[in-house]
Amino acid sequence: MEYRLKTPVNREELNRLRAGDMVYLSGEVYTARDAAHKRMTECLDRGELLPFEIRDSAIYYVGPTPEPPGRVIGSAGPTTSGRMDAYSPRLLDLGQKLMIGKGLRSREVIDAMVRNGAVYLAAMGGAGALMSACIKSARVICWEDLGCEAVRLLEVEDMPLTVAIDSLGGNIYESGPAAYLESLKGGK
Amino acid sequence: MRIITAEQISAAVAELCIRANRELPEDIVSAMNRAAADEPWPVAKNTLEVLCRNIAAAEEMELPVCQDTGMACVFVRLGQDVHIEGDFRAAVDEGVRRGYELGYLRKSVVADPLRRINTGDNTPAVITLELVPGEKLELTVLPKGFGSENMSRLAMLKPADGVEGVKRFVVDAVRKAASNPCPPVVVGVGIGGTFDKAAALAKHALLRPIDCPNQDEFYARLEEDMLREINSLGIGPQGFGGHTTALGVNIETMPTHVAGLPVAVNISCHVTRRASMEL
Repeated sequence: MEYRLKTPVNREELNRLRAGDMVYLSGEVYTARDAAHKRMTECLDRGELLPFEIRDSAIYYVGPTPEPPGRVIGSAGPTTSGRMDAYSPRLLDLGQKLMIGKGLRSREVIDAMVRNGAVYLAAMGGAGALMSACIKSARVICWEDLGCEAVRLLEVEDMPLTVAIDSLGGNIYESGPAAYLESLKGGK
Repeated sequence: MRIITAEQISAAVAELCIRANRELPEDIVSAMNRAAADEPWPVAKNTLEVLCRNIAAAEEMELPVCQDTGMACVFVRLGQDVHIEGDFRAAVDEGVRRGYELGYLRKSVVADPLRRINTGDNTPAVITLELVPGEKLELTVLPKGFGSENMSRLAMLKPADGVEGVKRFVVDAVRKAASNPCPPVVVGVGIGGTFDKAAALAKHALLRPIDCPNQDEFYARLEEDMLREINSLGIGPQGFGGHTTALGVNIETMPTHVAGLPVAVNISCHVTRRASMEL
């Protein structure tokens, strides 16, 4: 199935999504990767507010290249999500609804997704130039000292994403390869 | 004796950093196009077509193919009759600094592995220097992304593990990496030498175009065998399932100790970048 979604997304919209569906996402998306996740966690540990509203948020794991003149952002494909596994369950419990990245997630993250009705979307790894074209504006909102890892607020339009893990725990990284291998048996 | 200046080296390295990040080598582009044409599984075929479009878009938009513009691995074959005027190490780093700034490439290097402050200019380069006869200087820049670098592995196998043991270890490394390194991957394999040399050989294997098999027929066949096994894992492009999990396997070897069988696997993604120049 194909869906067009706009952030902030509500739980009903997310509940419909199944692993393998295509989503064209528009609206506001925050960027954060390793260093920003570590700082968010440190903020929470100190009892401080996060620099942006985490409830119902969408976070894209990306460290873009610098924007050349005339562009709002450089190359902007996803980074490997698994490195955020240590931090994600806590953010999901605080209401984060969408994670955008690529690659496998831990059991703990998937459990937290199911518990909170969140969805993990895969962007096309390595397709930095195409992803860049879906980003209409970008500005650093905090932790500028982190350079490419600073938190940015993006406005995206029809960003093509695949539902990698849905809110029931359905997982394309398991079901996709299994379906392909099954099709080979059928052919014999 | 020929004199090559530090400035010549810096200018060449800067140009190579930019070129490598925007234009993929011919062997990779044609392997991707062929994979997209041959892929039997519809989701996988579609994914490969999108990735091929991205390669073309990057060149057209003058953007890096991937936002992880890597650590700059610089391979130098230095003719022994060349005299370098100036500081060689500083010249290469200056080239990286210039290339990553002028090319709007991402600065992805931290000065210390645990304290993790970004150096701000993507230096230092990872330099591999080889002294060769003659009076030329050959430079190759391989910007190495870490989504795939992180999935690399090394094992000190026993001689009794033999070919089957090596094959199992390599295929297992790709299986465990699954979707993380942005498949289809290119697999660099180093066999033999010492602990450190095996890793260096695996990285070196990524320099060889994937349409050039190992010149030793025994290893050329092993490359083929491994590729066939990897492409029957079902991981597919992006890990969504399908035939094309790897585009190629390159093996490099060297003599080793009677007691050892070191094997290293250096995984690279479909954005396997390299650019060379001869001075």
